[in-house]
Amino acid sequence: MKAKVYVTLKPSILDPQGKTIAQALRTLGYDAITDVRQGKYFELEVAAGSAEEALSTASAVADRVLANPVIESYRVEVEE
Amino acid sequence: MTFAIIVFPGSNCDHDAYHAIAEVLGQHAELVWHKETDLRGADVVVLPGGFSYGDYLRSGAIARFSPVMGRVVEFAEAGGPVLGICNGFQVLLEAGLLPGGMRRNRDLKFICEHVYLRVEQSDTPFTRNASVGQVLRVPVAHGEGNYYASPETLAELEASRRIIFRYTSPDGVMDDAWNVNGSTAAIAGICNEGRNVVGLMPHPERACEATVGSSDGRVVFESVMAALGGLSKVG
Repeated sequence: MKAKVYVTLKPSILDPQGKTIAQALRTLGYDAITDVRQGKYFELEVAAGSAEEALSTASAVADRVLANPVIESYRVEVEE
Repeated sequence: MTFAIIVFPGSNCDHDAYHAIAEVLGQHAELVWHKETDLRGADVVVLPGGFSYGDYLRSGAIARFSPVMGRVVEFAEAGGPVLGICNGFQVLLEAGLLPGGMRRNRDLKFICEHVYLRVEQSDTPFTRNASVGQVLRVPVAHGEGNYYASPETLAELEASRRIIFRYTSPDGVMDDAWNVNGSTAAIAGICNEGRNVVGLMPHPERACEATVGSSDGRVVFESVMAALGGLSKVG
């Protein structure tokens, strides 16, 4: 089973990389882009008997390793 | 006195620390590979600077799972003095031995220059020979040293006097212009509740001799030598 984990900085945390990208986009004339937040994306292959089990394992991994809960939040999706 | 300097794949200030401790300060130092589980009778543990595991995932995120870190955590919990410098500080944050996290520097640049640090507290094993308000000139070299603490964590750090170093002007005045990386409350270093674990982004080990531009960092090592040697506080 495949689990997808999206890690982003918490909304309260300044994202200097995202800000720089947003400025570059404005310079290019993409005025419609008002803000950018940069994050990380992980694809996990999970050996699990059910989607619930895969979600539980992937969430544990996201919380313990893939994200730093002090500054980041994460979202997990499982594909069957 | 024995210092254990932990070497992770990608550590590159381990030999700077070794030079300062063994060759400048004349103490016994052991380089301990991250796969070892014996701290070789260490009285002090140093987690050095560098780019452990290439900074993959997040700075310090992988190193905290190294076999030796279990021993370092036990050593710290037993009250042993632990100093995390730069990447070593990031490892201590990831390992949960110190609170907070690191962000990319405010202006996204890798900063490599001498900065001014004000000593905020002298009741840690690494600052006992310094005086509160003393300003140290010490280099930084990092891209991800913008310390973050939530408002609750910051309040707790303030209340328990666990902010140990702040970035200031040469006169010790706090000003955003001197906060090189944009850290929360200009924090350069903190300690744990037991005050025996100290982490800081600047490199005191690179400021232990006049020939390298500053010897202000010596006080950090001399402090722990005095703390363990039971010597009376000087100055």
